Amino acid sequence: MGDILAKYDLLAAFWVTIELSVLSALGALIVGTLVAICRVSPVPVLQFIGTSYVNILRNTPLTVLMVASILGVSFILGLSWSDDAKTNAFIWAVIVLSLYHAAFVCEALRSGVNTIPAGQAEAARSIGLTFRQSLTEVLLPQAFRGSIAPLGSTLIALIKNTTVAAVIGVSDAAGLMAIIVENETGSLPVFAVFAIGFVILTLPLGIWFTHLSQRLAVKR
Amino acid sequence: MSAQAVLFDAPGPKARQRHLILTIVGVVIVAGVLAAVLYQLGTKGQLDAAKWMPFLTASAWRNYLLQGLLGTAIAAVLSVILAGLLGLLLGIGRLASTRWIRVVSGVVVEFFRAVPVLIMMIFLFNALQLLRWFRNDVNPLMAVVVALTLYNGSVIAELVRSGVHSLPKGQAEAGLSIGLTPSQTLRSIQLPQALVAMLPALIGQLVVVVKDSALGYQITYSELLTWSKTLGSAYANTVPAYIVAAALFILINWSLTRFARWVEQRLRKRSVTAAPLTTAAPNIIQGSAEPGGPTDTLIDQR
Repeated sequence: MGDILAKYDLLAAFWVTIELSVLSALGALIVGTLVAICRVSPVPVLQFIGTSYVNILRNTPLTVLMVASILGVSFILGLSWSDDAKTNAFIWAVIVLSLYHAAFVCEALRSGVNTIPAGQAEAARSIGLTFRQSLTEVLLPQAFRGSIAPLGSTLIALIKNTTVAAVIGVSDAAGLMAIIVENETGSLPVFAVFAIGFVILTLPLGIWFTHLSQRLAVKR
Repeated sequence: MSAQAVLFDAPGPKARQRHLILTIVGVVIVAGVLAAVLYQLGTKGQLDAAKWMPFLTASAWRNYLLQGLLGTAIAAVLSVILAGLLGLLLGIGRLASTRWIRVVSGVVVEFFRAVPVLIMMIFLFNALQLLRWFRNDVNPLMAVVVALTLYNGSVIAELVRSGVHSLPKGQAEAGLSIGLTPSQTLRSIQLPQALVAMLPALIGQLVVVVKDSALGYQITYSELLTWSKTLGSAYANTVPAYIVAAALFILINWSLTRFARWVEQRLRKRSVTAAPLTTAAPNIIQGSAEPGGPTDTLIDQR
């Protein structure tokens, strides 16, 4: 067991997982916020665009998007980011993970807005706050607090979903595990090492987000 | 109350003008993106009739797509049934009055929710090949079903637990006061109500299972994605094949979501003691849990 792990760079593989997670989380947050703005806007066409985005991305398996990005878009349509196959796969993985999880980020933000009782908006207007003031002083702070828990779930899901990047040849943790299992043996200890790696990455985050969401919960 | 009603006032003349401008901008951007995509597809010859005609023939469906849908359906149905049973078991374990049963169930649930399904699949597939318990050709299916069962069973266990916790306290108190033991109360009073309330969330979990079954592609399980890839090679239409596969997945999952919502509304009308857990509750991981309901604080999304 020890000698198997000595032969492979476990930390480098988990570092790729962390890189994928951080970059995709940022991407998903940016795209997801834009989609959420569309979905909660008072403009029907923008709402339709936001809803369609969420319905399409959320109902497609991530694996399909991943495989199609490389075998379809990159190889056949010739849209690649780098001549190096590894770099190209990595960039595509970040893009696909960002776009996919943006749908969930959007829903998380929207559910935060939905936790606000209408009375809050009415009260803000009735004491004479302008649109901008009621948004920044009353509504968005509450919406943000309400969406912490689902955003946390989305981030944890994203970290676990980075493993799907292994399907297109990114050398993340799942990719390395597939290689070890192929070359050496798929023994229980190998699985345990990788499983514990992900437990370490996700479990503290989950506890922290639950704690945060309870501490910041709007008392009603 | 919809988000729009909370965030925005009824529009006046100026706001209506702004909305019109935003509408035009939105339409222009989307039309531009669509045009760019279609142009790209067109210049690479992906819109040629020859690439799309195969989908109108019976043989493409009989020999590829239906085979793939069958593979996905078998894996999803087996997984969801087994996951339901496992989830019920673990959920009862987490609510048990014996401390060590609670602790063991809790550890099992947290572990399998934290480990990515793909990692489990790769390990199980390899282990099954070495152990030779089954015929070689069923190993991929076994690995997919076991991995999905372990993950989704853990998620369902949390659903069971939150379902029971969401019941009014009077239900358990009434059971105890007529002389039932705590476990009898759980079995004959709390669980039946919790399971009905969970139904929409369970159907929502099926969406997660269907999506995650596509991970079987990596361990050579013949599901819809694998068959679409084969179809793409056979007819030399890889890109259209993926588009059709994605459309089929979207259609299946969207219908399931609609069905879950319909069940949820029926349950709400029936005015059971427990409000149905929202479908939005559990689903993120492959993330598929749709974030949303108040219950999802504890439930991660795949």
